[in-house]
Amino acid sequence: MGAQLTQYLLTGVTIGAIYALVALGFSIIYNASHVINFAQGEFVMIGGMTTVSLVDGGVPLPLAIAAAVLVAAAVGLALEKLAIERARGASVVTLIIITIGASIFLRGLAQLVWDKNFHALRPFTGDTPIAVLGATILPQSLWVIGVTIAIVAALGWFFARTLAGKAMLAASHNRLAAELVGIRVRHVLLLAFGLSAAVGAMAGILTAPITLTSYDVGLMLALKGFAAAILGGLGSGAGAVVGGLTLGILESLGAGFISSAYKDVFAFVIMLAVLFFRPSGLFAARSAERV
Amino acid sequence: MLAWLARARTGGLAALVAAIVLLPLALTNNYHYEVAIVVGLNAIVCVGLNLLIGYAGQISLGHAGFYGLGAYGSAILTARYGWPPAAALAASTAGAAALAYLVGRPILKLRGHYLAMATLGMGIIISIVIATEDRITGGPDGMAVAPFTLLGYTLAGERTWYWVVGAALALAVWLALNLIDSPAGRALRALHGSEVAAQVAGVDPGRYKVLAFVISAVFAAVAGSLTAHYAGFITPAKASFLHSIELVTMVVLGGMASTFGAVIGAAVLTTLPQVLTLLKDYEMMVFGAVLMLSMIFLPRGLVPTLAAALARRRR
Repeated sequence: MGAQLTQYLLTGVTIGAIYALVALGFSIIYNASHVINFAQGEFVMIGGMTTVSLVDGGVPLPLAIAAAVLVAAAVGLALEKLAIERARGASVVTLIIITIGASIFLRGLAQLVWDKNFHALRPFTGDTPIAVLGATILPQSLWVIGVTIAIVAALGWFFARTLAGKAMLAASHNRLAAELVGIRVRHVLLLAFGLSAAVGAMAGILTAPITLTSYDVGLMLALKGFAAAILGGLGSGAGAVVGGLTLGILESLGAGFISSAYKDVFAFVIMLAVLFFRPSGLFAARSAERV
Repeated sequence: MLAWLARARTGGLAALVAAIVLLPLALTNNYHYEVAIVVGLNAIVCVGLNLLIGYAGQISLGHAGFYGLGAYGSAILTARYGWPPAAALAASTAGAAALAYLVGRPILKLRGHYLAMATLGMGIIISIVIATEDRITGGPDGMAVAPFTLLGYTLAGERTWYWVVGAALALAVWLALNLIDSPAGRALRALHGSEVAAQVAGVDPGRYKVLAFVISAVFAAVAGSLTAHYAGFITPAKASFLHSIELVTMVVLGGMASTFGAVIGAAVLTTLPQVLTLLKDYEMMVFGAVLMLSMIFLPRGLVPTLAAALARRRR
C-alpha cells in the first residue's frame, strides 16, 4: 500500500510537472494579452515532433532540443504577428476562435510535414528504473521534474529581475499606464507568445520519451494544462505550478485507486468544482467578480 | 406590407420558409438531400447557440455535450428501455435543460468568460463518459438507433426527413426571433450592450443569461435526438470537443446576434468539408485557415458584414 502510494505520487508529480509547464504557457499569454490561447498544445506537439525528427536525422540531442525550442518560438511569434495582432480590438470570443483556428491549422500542417503515427524519442539518459522508497522512477521523470524546476526558477528570475520581464508584468497590470511609461506593449505581446511557445515546446520534448508524441498530442495536454491554470488561478505563475502538480497527483491517485478508464475525467471534474466554489482559483491573480 | 417584409421576424422568416420550400427544386439526388438535412439539423443548434453567444454574450465550448445527450438519450431510451421515440426525445431534452440550468446557474452569476471554461469541462466529461460506458452506449464504436415512429407512422427516406427537419428549423427560427423581440430578448440585448446600465434598468443579468443558456441547450438536444434517429447510428464523435468548436464556429462565421447568420454559418461550414474532402490531406489546414482568416477579416460574421455593405450601397 505504502509503496503503491509512493509510486502513484511519483507518477503524479511527473505528469503534474508537464501540466504545470503547459499552464505556465497559458498564463504568460493570458497575462500579456487576455487571450486564452487554445494553440498552446500545438507548441507542445511541435517541440516533441521536431526533436524526434531531428534526432532521427542524426542531429545530437542537445542541438535538436535547442532547434525544436527555436522552431516552436518562431511559430509562436508568427501566430502573434500574423493573427492576434491583426485582430487587435476584437472581442474575447473572436480571439478564442482565432487561436482554435490556429490550433487546427497547425495540427493539419503537422500531419503533412510528419505523419499520423506515434513517434518515440530516446530517453535522455537511459531507461533503467531507479528505486525510491519501495517504488521506482524512470530517469526521464527526473529530467522532467529537474528541468521544470529550472524553467520555473528562470521564469521567476526573468519576471522579478529583468527589465523585459518587469515590462511584461507592468503591461499585464495596466496596459495604458505601461504605454505611458514607455513600454512598447506590442513588443510585450510578441515576447509573451515567443516565450510561452518555448516553454510549451520544452514540455513536449521532456515528455516525448515517456508518452510518445504524434501530430495530435497537443489537444488533451492543452485542455489539462488549461484546467491546471484555472485551478491555480488564471494568470498566476505560482498558481500554474501548484495547479499543475495538484492536478497531476490527483489524476494519478484517481487512476490508481478509483478508475483508470476515467483517468482523463478527474482534471475536468476538479476544474468544474473550482469554478463552482472558488472561481478565482487557489492563487487568484485577479478576483472573479460576483454580479 | 413592405415594412412587414423588411422586419426580420416576419419577412426574414417568410424568406426562410420560401427557401426551404424551393430548395428541393435544386436537390437532384439523395446525397444532396442528405447534405441539406445535416445543414438543417446543424442550423437548429446554431440558432439556439446564437441566442447565447450573440445575445447573452457568453460562449459555450461544450454544446456538443448537449447534442450528444439528446442523441444518446434518445438512442438508449428507445433501444434499451423500449421507450417511444417522442417520449425519449422529450426526456433527453429535459435532461439537457436541467444540466444546463445546474451548470449555468452558479457560473453565470460571475462576470467574465467562466462559462466557456465550465462548458469546456462539462462537454469533455460527457464525451468521455459516453466513450467509456460501452455496455450502455456501445463505446467508441457507437450504437444503432431505431427509426423515429409516431402514432404508428415511421419516418423514413431522405425526402420525408427533409420536410421534418425543414419544419423543425422554421419552428426554431420562429421561436428564436420571437424571444429576441420579447422583453427577455430586450433584456439580453441590454446586457450585451452594458451590464451595468441593464442592471440599473432592473434587469437581473444572471437570470436572463441562464435562460439563454438553457434554451440553447434544448435546441442542441432536440437536434441531437433528431440526428440520431435520422442517421440510424451514432458515435461519440458527435459529443466531442471538436464538434463543440465546429458549432461555435458556425455561429461566429455566420454572424453573432443574427439568427439568419447562424443558419448561413451552419450551411457554409456543413457544406465546406464536403468540398474540402477533394483536398484530402490539406483538409484540416484549410479548415483552420478559413477559421482564422474569417475571424481576422470578418470579425462580425458573414451576414452582418454583407448587410452593412448592402446598406452602404443603397445610400
